[in-house]
Amino acid sequence: MQIYLPIAEVSVNAFLLLGLGGLVGILSGMFGVGGGFLMTPLLFFIGIPPAVAVATEANQIVASSFSGVLAHLRRKTVDLRMGTVLLIGGLVGAALGVLLFNYLKSLGQVDLLVRLCYVVFLGVIGGLMFIESLNAIRKTNRGTALPKRKKHGLIHKLPFKMRFRVSGLYISVIPPLLVGLCVGVLAAIMGVGGGFIMVPAMIYLLGMPTKVVVGTSLFQIIFVTGFTTMLHATTNYTVDVMLAVLLLVGGVIGAQIGTRIGVKMKAEQLRILLAMMVLAVCGKLAFDLLVMPSELYSVGKAGGH
Amino acid sequence: MRWVLALFLMVLPAAAEEVVLGLSQKEVAITTSFDGSEILIFGAIKRDAPPPPGQLGVLVTIAGPAEPVSVRRKERRYGIWVNTEEVQLEGAPSYYAVATSAPLDDVLSIRDNLEHRVTVPSLLRSLTVPSSVLDASAYVAALIRVRQDAGIYQELEGQVVVDQESLFRTRIALPAALTEGAYQTRILLTRDGAVVSRYDTTIEVRKVGLERWLYSMSRENPFWYGIMSLAIAIAAGWGASAVFSLIRN
Repeated sequence: MQIYLPIAEVSVNAFLLLGLGGLVGILSGMFGVGGGFLMTPLLFFIGIPPAVAVATEANQIVASSFSGVLAHLRRKTVDLRMGTVLLIGGLVGAALGVLLFNYLKSLGQVDLLVRLCYVVFLGVIGGLMFIESLNAIRKTNRGTALPKRKKHGLIHKLPFKMRFRVSGLYISVIPPLLVGLCVGVLAAIMGVGGGFIMVPAMIYLLGMPTKVVVGTSLFQIIFVTGFTTMLHATTNYTVDVMLAVLLLVGGVIGAQIGTRIGVKMKAEQLRILLAMMVLAVCGKLAFDLLVMPSELYSVGKAGGH
Repeated sequence: MRWVLALFLMVLPAAAEEVVLGLSQKEVAITTSFDGSEILIFGAIKRDAPPPPGQLGVLVTIAGPAEPVSVRRKERRYGIWVNTEEVQLEGAPSYYAVATSAPLDDVLSIRDNLEHRVTVPSLLRSLTVPSSVLDASAYVAALIRVRQDAGIYQELEGQVVVDQESLFRTRIALPAALTEGAYQTRILLTRDGAVVSRYDTTIEVRKVGLERWLYSMSRENPFWYGIMSLAIAIAAGWGASAVFSLIRN
């Protein structure tokens, strides 16, 4: 069944979109990531204009993170105070990201920027995850436990300290603000919630306990992606509600199935699978940038997307 | 879309041969399930006297509304392919199709092609190109090539069926990704490559219903459109969470 998307102005198969939403939903349920970093490139591949894909994906992430954060609130695994600090940084970052996005759009380089961001981030994170889970598998095979790390460094010497009860931390607000800022910029440019960057940053840079990380990350992602959606909707007119609804219906169902599959698999195997998938998407995008295109010219709407 | 509206209008009463035209539809409505559309264009050739000598040719063209486009060229910089130069072209139709009753060279002379701007290259010859661009023709050629590959510009040689030198019909497929606006439709009648009669009409392409409403809301009330998008997302997220916790209990 073909559906004409009013903003993207292309006609796509509704079941393909539901299926993509479902597939990414399964993966996000299995691995505990938002899935935006996989969905946006997939939308590029099926011919959605990049500007529309990025803006609409931000809107879809609002839905999936809202659904997720409700579950975490029930379990009281959300550090609202930390979330608010990250959020302040995130909103500033999102505004900067949209400004940068619009500036590069006027130069005709927005596709390049979005693709480069994807290649770099997917490559780095996929690579690190792959190596880390290979090591973890090797260690469990040898029967030794993972060493526990403790962080003492620069972070504890910074001013403006604040107590975060739920996380059990007493640290300066500067590092969380900076982490929020970076993720906000990425959210605006890449159309992702930033969970796949936020979660490692919270664990390794801020030293937050793992059990509150996902809920807190989801909490602030709702606001950052909501803000990003509004900015894209009012400055670029690129949010396609029809596309968002189709993706979100599939995603919500897929996430529930994925959670159940995820319970039955080993964590290291899951992470290696996710890493390989991330690297595959990265490889495809990098290939397109590096290999000479068959058509050197591209045609776009003047001044539009 | 299957209802047939026949238009019997007469033009150029002085000519020996004239076109009497019918269209399967005067309007194309872009609905939610829009997946391209096929327009049937048919008509008759009206004469006061026996057919004059010379080979008869019928050409049908449809042109979408012109909108400025930017053509960008990729170049290799630091090992990756990036967009470099950009040229803005004005006056290129967003869609164009030419259907002919025989190979194009047989039914249309070069002179008349230039005068009536029938084929894509002759149509785009008068494009407004910024004077600062040196190799403007390369960009125009690229525009034609890209749009022909995408099926946006079509040359349908031999697709017009002519019966007994008096009835003609053709089908032209409009793609799914259409721009709104008035589509200029022309029927040209030629004898030995020279245009003897011409008929002009328009087909309206409009988004309707939900498509129209969403599109105009996103442009006219972007703030409330954004709020609506967020409200839908939050309601869906909340609904999903509620439904699945019900299932679990």
